[in-house]
Amino acid sequence: MTAIEAPTVPGGAPASAPRVTRARTGIIAVAVLVVLAAAPFMLAPFATTTLTRVLVFALFAVSLDLLVGVTGLPSLGHAAYLGAGAYAAGWVSINVTAEAPVPLLVGAGFGALAAALTGWVTVRSHGVFFLMLTLAIGETLQQLADTWETVTGGANGLTGIPAVRLAGTPLANAGFTYWYVLAVGVIGFALVVMVARSPFGAALRGIRDNEPRMRALGYSTARYKYAVIVMAGAVAGLAGALLVAQQRLVTPADMGFATASFALLAVIIGGAGSLWGACLGAALVIIIRDALGPSLDGHGTLVLGIVFVLVVYLLPRGAAGLRIYRRRR
Amino acid sequence: MSVLKCVGLSRSFGALAAVSEVDLAVGAGARHALIGPNGAGKSTLFKLVTGTMKAHAGSVELAGRDVTGLSEAKRCRLGMSQTLQHASLFASMTAAETVALAAQRHGGGRISLVPRKQPAVAERAAELLADVGLDGREHVAVASLSHGERKQLEVALALACRPTVLLLDEPAAGMSPAERARLVELLAGLPAEITVLFVEHDLDLVFALADSVTVLHLGKVLLSGTPAEVRASDAVREAYLGAGRREELFLA
Ligand SMILES: Nc1ncnc2c1ncn2[C@@H]1O[C@H](COP(=O)(O)OP(=O)(O)O)[C@@H](O)[C@H]1O
Ligand SMILES: [Mg+2]
Repeated sequence: MTAIEAPTVPGGAPASAPRVTRARTGIIAVAVLVVLAAAPFMLAPFATTTLTRVLVFALFAVSLDLLVGVTGLPSLGHAAYLGAGAYAAGWVSINVTAEAPVPLLVGAGFGALAAALTGWVTVRSHGVFFLMLTLAIGETLQQLADTWETVTGGANGLTGIPAVRLAGTPLANAGFTYWYVLAVGVIGFALVVMVARSPFGAALRGIRDNEPRMRALGYSTARYKYAVIVMAGAVAGLAGALLVAQQRLVTPADMGFATASFALLAVIIGGAGSLWGACLGAALVIIIRDALGPSLDGHGTLVLGIVFVLVVYLLPRGAAGLRIYRRRR
Repeated sequence: MSVLKCVGLSRSFGALAAVSEVDLAVGAGARHALIGPNGAGKSTLFKLVTGTMKAHAGSVELAGRDVTGLSEAKRCRLGMSQTLQHASLFASMTAAETVALAAQRHGGGRISLVPRKQPAVAERAAELLADVGLDGREHVAVASLSHGERKQLEVALALACRPTVLLLDEPAAGMSPAERARLVELLAGLPAEITVLFVEHDLDLVFALADSVTVLHLGKVLLSGTPAEVRASDAVREAYLGAGRREELFLA
């Protein structure tokens, strides 16, 4: 179970990076964005779709990293909030409107709502107990999606979801869908980074490092944990809305244990607490699972397991430990 | 009027009554020392007062308000803060980040969700770190601080909570003589609005700083009084200080 303990190892970079490295980080971020934006011009439609899935999963992994890496709350039920957002966005697209901000806002809102309704159960627990409670919550919500056929379509999933519309025009091809997911994903990522670097984020890292001491300093830590669970739920719900925009389908499997554990894998591979590391981890997971998986004879999961073991042994701080530049301590 | 009042505070661990029926009244502005041999229940009593640990019986009043049912966080926000006997800090943070964490909570503003410079918080943190003798060490990771420096950081952290009642559990233990002298100077210079309770084994330090002393023994109050009364007390001498071997008892 060392895998489960790993996220609680302090890994967050101090918020006060020197100016030079901050400028360099900015340049790298802009370069990555330019390459990502240009990608559909250079890739085949299939590859563009895979990259879209990477972006969706990256946003989901980042929302999980806010819990696992920043706050020290290892969750195995986080996919439930992705699912809540995906079903809500899909339902509203079919029955009300697929016009752009609506499915996103509904997805984020229902992700937050699902987290708010279930998160209070978990806020007074931590470590393995938190893990078990979130697992139970995730399984329960997945069962709900499976059985509530009139709304969710049951085991067949919610089908016939229309394409997202931007100002009345549906996003007709893989390229436009990709750019839509990229734009929303970047906004979602920026929101999480913002929270992590705020005074509130500092309090979350304090809770991760030493929750009892935070209480002694006047922080009602359960409230902070509840707030961050709801926020992470909202971002997961947003990722769910993007999932629907890409797949035009949601099934109970999308919110299952496999999704939750793959996301946890992405967070740990990337280096818990470094939000961009979670994006790298997500890319690795999706590429191995979806793109290489078929040519590996369905052994994608096995390869992921091996990568995971290697990362835990060789890179205790995940991919984020592989610094492009060294920060002086 | 007493700013801190405990009545019948008790706590046991299994069959061991670590703190039993302790009454304590501390006047506003007092420098009150709590002494007694190891295992007397001093640390436990502090934890019951601040709410780190739940009392099994008794009550705690802070400035006339019954805080027995309040959480530790709430008591801290009402003006109680403590340093722990064994420093308990934040592994991923620097000294300045640690103190800023407490300062931002007690700076009067809300905890923002948006990144922002908090000049007042940073300034206060720097000031407190300088006060305890950690100037120049602000940006050192807590993990790289020496034992004595961590104890100094504990004191800065407790002061960052803007306490009206400050509880220090063996703040000088493990400090170098220079650090210890600095701490004594700091404590002696604290404003009178801050009431200080402290546990200390070094009796010279106790009698130098304290204006009142409580002796705890086997979880019970043996005596409460002025330093002179405690020094003169036959009861304390006979029942507890022993036949001229008091240092050994205190430092056991
Ligand atoms: N968490 C605990 N669990 C069990 N016993 C404890 C605990 N904390 C303290 N004790 C016991 O309670 C008694 C008082 O401890 P303590 O308050 O730390 O004494 P002091 O600070 O005066 O040395 C000791 O016998 C100690 O072993
Ligand atoms: Mg003690």
